[in-house]
Amino acid sequence: MLNKIVKYQFLFEELVKRDFKKKYKRTVLGMLWSLIAPLLQLAVMALVFTKFFGRTTEYYVIYLFTGNLLFSYYNDATQGGMRSLLQNSAIFCKVDVPKYMFLLSRNIQSLINFGLSLVIYFVFVIAYGISLKWSFLLLIIPIFCIMIFNIGLGMILSACYVFFRDIEYLYGVFVMLLNYLSAIFYTVNSFSPTTQKLFYLNPIYSYISYFRKIVIYNQIPSIRHHLLCIGYALVILCIGSWVYKKNNYKFLYYV
Amino acid sequence: MILNVEDVSIRYITGDFKDIGLKEYFVRKLKHEYNVKEFWAVNGITFSIDKGDMLGIVGTNGAGKSTLLKAISGIMIPTKGRVERCGTIAALLELASGFDGDLTVKENAYLRGAMLGYTRKYMDDTYDNIIEFAELKEFENRPFKQLSSGMKSRLAFSIASLVQPDILILDEVLSVGDGAFRKKSENKMREIIGNGATTILVSHSIEQVKTLCNKVLWLEKGKQVAFGPSEELCDKYSAYLEGKYKI
Repeated sequence: MLNKIVKYQFLFEELVKRDFKKKYKRTVLGMLWSLIAPLLQLAVMALVFTKFFGRTTEYYVIYLFTGNLLFSYYNDATQGGMRSLLQNSAIFCKVDVPKYMFLLSRNIQSLINFGLSLVIYFVFVIAYGISLKWSFLLLIIPIFCIMIFNIGLGMILSACYVFFRDIEYLYGVFVMLLNYLSAIFYTVNSFSPTTQKLFYLNPIYSYISYFRKIVIYNQIPSIRHHLLCIGYALVILCIGSWVYKKNNYKFLYYV
Repeated sequence: MILNVEDVSIRYITGDFKDIGLKEYFVRKLKHEYNVKEFWAVNGITFSIDKGDMLGIVGTNGAGKSTLLKAISGIMIPTKGRVERCGTIAALLELASGFDGDLTVKENAYLRGAMLGYTRKYMDDTYDNIIEFAELKEFENRPFKQLSSGMKSRLAFSIASLVQPDILILDEVLSVGDGAFRKKSENKMREIIGNGATTILVSHSIEQVKTLCNKVLWLEKGKQVAFGPSEELCDKYSAYLEGKYKI
């Protein structure tokens, strides 16, 4: 594995560069869009929802931003990841390169976007009068988990996408559904305790709630919450790797 | 022996399975009507070459040449049989494709170099040579899609010809560019072969195969017609093309 990383490092760097250049081609503001877009989205949502939920939720803008931040990362990484394999079919039909490189390169792009948004997020956190604490360092755990989760899910989706283009539409609907189930703009307090637990069946909600516990409620999540976050990521990654391994030489016939 | 191909067969699945969507797929699965047709693109090929050999692969369109090369280069795995390779391998298949139209010539050169397994340092060192050989110095920072198809192939060839693998695979590579560039690329190929690289060449120019190669593999409809010294087989193949010789 390590051997392979060294061998393909140059290709990987070039792929990441290419993805970046293509993304911001012919935009005047270039990478600034990565910062502006989530802020605009946040502004719109805050405008609409503060009226409904703002009065009862402390730090509502931060609450909203937390949900948006993680969900956007998940959405961008998996939707982009889904198309990454097929988009690069011209390459892997001609050169023998590891096929997960295309997905990883696309995920790096999403991760950098996420990183930039995260900086803005902390600016907001401070601006709203929440002081930075050492426990914030724990946030590295859900970040790492969601990253692994996105890569794993990207593997599953991109493989399916090669075989069935329908996935694109189905997944679009699924993401919308998941968005409403992730308690991004509403709070789960009004649900019964059992229903509140059911929310944890949604991996994205688990990551979002981890963030909120640390940043807004100043709590350390339980061991169970940790295991849940790590478990989701590892299970999805394992399934994804298995799908890639099994179909490695099959993709060629379907492009 | 540097490359050993033993009874290699490759099966393609054909039919409309690529076009049907998810719904149709499940409907057919339920009705037990989901069956794909098989098509043997390459069927029972056996040959081996030694270090320094230059093998030409000839055959009419659809003979299975490109598919065989994909198996040799490791992009596909053979359905049956096996391919044994000693050393590194670089395959240049359908050169002009696989570039990215939106990137500049220079960026594409680096990306292609990376695909071929060069290091960044090596690309930094040789980039000037590449661009000079391709005669594209003044197009360096243009988007790739603005180049003519001849220029694209020239760039592809220039990057690829720097490669120093143990086995080099060239699919219709030498028929690129205008007359002058063709001459230049042929000389370059001779130089590479002279350096001891084992080369596999697919070409529709029988003259080229005759002058460059010392061994020839003749394929027809996926089957191996003959494998042997180039002179003799090239003459037979020419006669076959003219209809004077039957297999």
